Amino acid sequence: MASSAATAMLDDGSVVNKVFYNEAIVRKFVIAAIIWAIIAFCLGTYLASELAFPQLNIAPYFNFGRLRPAHPTAAVFGFGGNVLFATSFYIVQRTSRARLFGGRAWADFVFWAYQLQVANMCISYLLGFSKSQEYAEGEWHLDLWLAVIWLSYMTIFIGTLTRRKEPHIYVANWFFIAYMSMILILHVGRNLCIPISPFRAKSYSLFSGVQDAMIQWWYGHNVVGFFLTAGFLGIMYYFIPKAAGRPVYSYRLSIVHFWSLTFLYVWVGAHHLHWTALPDWTQTLGMAFSIMLWMPSWGGMINGIMTLSGAWDKLRTDPGLRFSVTAVAFYGMSTFEGPLMAVRDVNALSHYTDWTVGHVHSGALGWVMLVSFGALYYLIPALWRKPGMYSTKLMEWHYWLAMTGIMFYIFAMWIAGITQGLMWRAYDSHGFLQYSFVESVAAMHPYYVVRAIGGGLIVTGALMMAYNAFRTITTSDESILWAGRRTAGALAAGE
Amino acid sequence: MAFSHAIVEKNAFVLIALTFGVLSIGGAVEIIPLFTIHTTVEAVKGVRPYTPLELAGRDIYIREGCYLCHSQQIRSLRDEVERYGHYSLAAESMYDHPFQWGSKRIGPDIARVGGKYSNDWQYAHLKNPQALVPESLMPKFGFLAETKLDYSDIDMKLKVQRLLGTPYTDEDLANAHKDIEAQADPTADATALLKRYPKAVEASGKTGSVTEMDALVAYLQVLGTMVNFADTSEEQLKQ
Repeated sequence: MASSAATAMLDDGSVVNKVFYNEAIVRKFVIAAIIWAIIAFCLGTYLASELAFPQLNIAPYFNFGRLRPAHPTAAVFGFGGNVLFATSFYIVQRTSRARLFGGRAWADFVFWAYQLQVANMCISYLLGFSKSQEYAEGEWHLDLWLAVIWLSYMTIFIGTLTRRKEPHIYVANWFFIAYMSMILILHVGRNLCIPISPFRAKSYSLFSGVQDAMIQWWYGHNVVGFFLTAGFLGIMYYFIPKAAGRPVYSYRLSIVHFWSLTFLYVWVGAHHLHWTALPDWTQTLGMAFSIMLWMPSWGGMINGIMTLSGAWDKLRTDPGLRFSVTAVAFYGMSTFEGPLMAVRDVNALSHYTDWTVGHVHSGALGWVMLVSFGALYYLIPALWRKPGMYSTKLMEWHYWLAMTGIMFYIFAMWIAGITQGLMWRAYDSHGFLQYSFVESVAAMHPYYVVRAIGGGLIVTGALMMAYNAFRTITTSDESILWAGRRTAGALAAGE
Repeated sequence: MAFSHAIVEKNAFVLIALTFGVLSIGGAVEIIPLFTIHTTVEAVKGVRPYTPLELAGRDIYIREGCYLCHSQQIRSLRDEVERYGHYSLAAESMYDHPFQWGSKRIGPDIARVGGKYSNDWQYAHLKNPQALVPESLMPKFGFLAETKLDYSDIDMKLKVQRLLGTPYTDEDLANAHKDIEAQADPTADATALLKRYPKAVEASGKTGSVTEMDALVAYLQVLGTMVNFADTSEEQLKQ
């Protein structure tokens, strides 16, 4: 496309500026997101099965310890990351009324470089390359490559913002800016290390012991806070109003939400280190800010859910919107649970147990996964110019499979985690520890089986989505029976 | 009102600069003082750098993702201290680049596993955990006993560790290969090794070659044993 804007006349005779958005890149990221979702869910289910049936461990490459880091990498960076790239590129173009900065080739570079990156990370863990820093296990050469990709991504995004034709920067973009800025800071801060040789994929962290632990959980928790929360809040602030056909509930609340979330989140990582060798003052700060964080989280949840005021009926007819709104409810639930678990006395019970794993997944599956599906079900027909998804029935099935899967998962982990915590601290009538550690391991078996079943349901739902997406993309418009809420019209500005 | 949020909403660079500012505060306040307040890591006797074999074993521990199921951080809670031993001190991981505290106990904490079991138990357990602990979920690591330890890079590793602040001496560096062979050979004279690295445990599953499992067992056997708690009082540990 030679020029990025042209003048066109609509049917009613009005003349508007047409902007040719780079949608090809968004389509690529959408497809990649679906593929990574299936990989991540399969890995998760296999790992869950290894814990239920340890004979599934296949040494050395598929032993739990090597396979485990590949699951969050595929889920967070593969699935979540591709959803964020797709939505941020889609949203920033539309809310700025500007074509993506940097041209097609640069965006394509970011796409292919990123897919290579995530695949390299997963494979390198199986081969035994790891820095052992959770969610930042990739060795130093992969870190450098990711930095190049991330700086390119930020340049494209910010470049697009600066050429916007709207005076205001839309609220979703604030959250995208916070997410990409913080990930840049975190990525650099956490991965400072010295390679043992320029030719060896082995390095040692610049930091050690207690400082390294604090930096790890400053990193780890803020990957949750900014990659999995701020970024996906950007998605919420665009797709829920769009799908509901209502403006954001409160603009003022979004301002408060944004600044309080970005300020408070950064402090809370220390709650991963309660009762450890980390100094008490740092633990206390981590706990206090975790409790404060409850407020902006719930402010944001209210803002998202109340956007449906006057459009609640759409939940009945639009399963895509139902995904998004359920996601916001889960967001509220896990951001209530999080501050609770950050209280030192609760943490004494919950830490090191499966309760933490359950909490992470109520956020990752309930919030991130569902809000992503909501966005994908909106984007697929919009990007391929279809009146709607191929099958609403499959969407309904997907919704209930995903919901059931999440319920299996988090209920199993709540029971497992609290059981573990109580067994570890139980005393018998003589004042001795009542249970050996291995008794608590044996007690977990039924819950680990239930969790694996939950994972299987989530995989099944994702496969349905993939099939539905494939049929939507490849079927001609006429055969899509569902009367979509959107029409595949011209990309008129101000759409 | 002098300030209007519209300024932020209409200028991308103001928005980005403010965001970076807000994002930097929390991390700075919590992390920087940990490097400047010297009581963060209490002074205790006994913590020493890892022997070359232990360091190689620690790298295998990292490679196999052991930290994903085993914590190395005993919290200052009654039941943990009774189950695992004295709560972990910051000094005990001061040479751990990166730290191995972990976050999940699918298996038990192993911060003080050193000396708790014999070498024979460790070798047998790593090869087939279920043979010794039927309920165990641990994968089998028999392949480590079949794999010769590649320690051609041990000099590079020690040098980088020293660069990062681990007090390896020139003598330690010069003897790295010899120390590995001495620690993994039951017939070798370990006097020099033990002088440089007190409490190092000889680990040898097979005579004739140094295996990855030897390195891992040497590492496991030193965990939590360096500090002598008999001559460290609670008062001294107070921060």
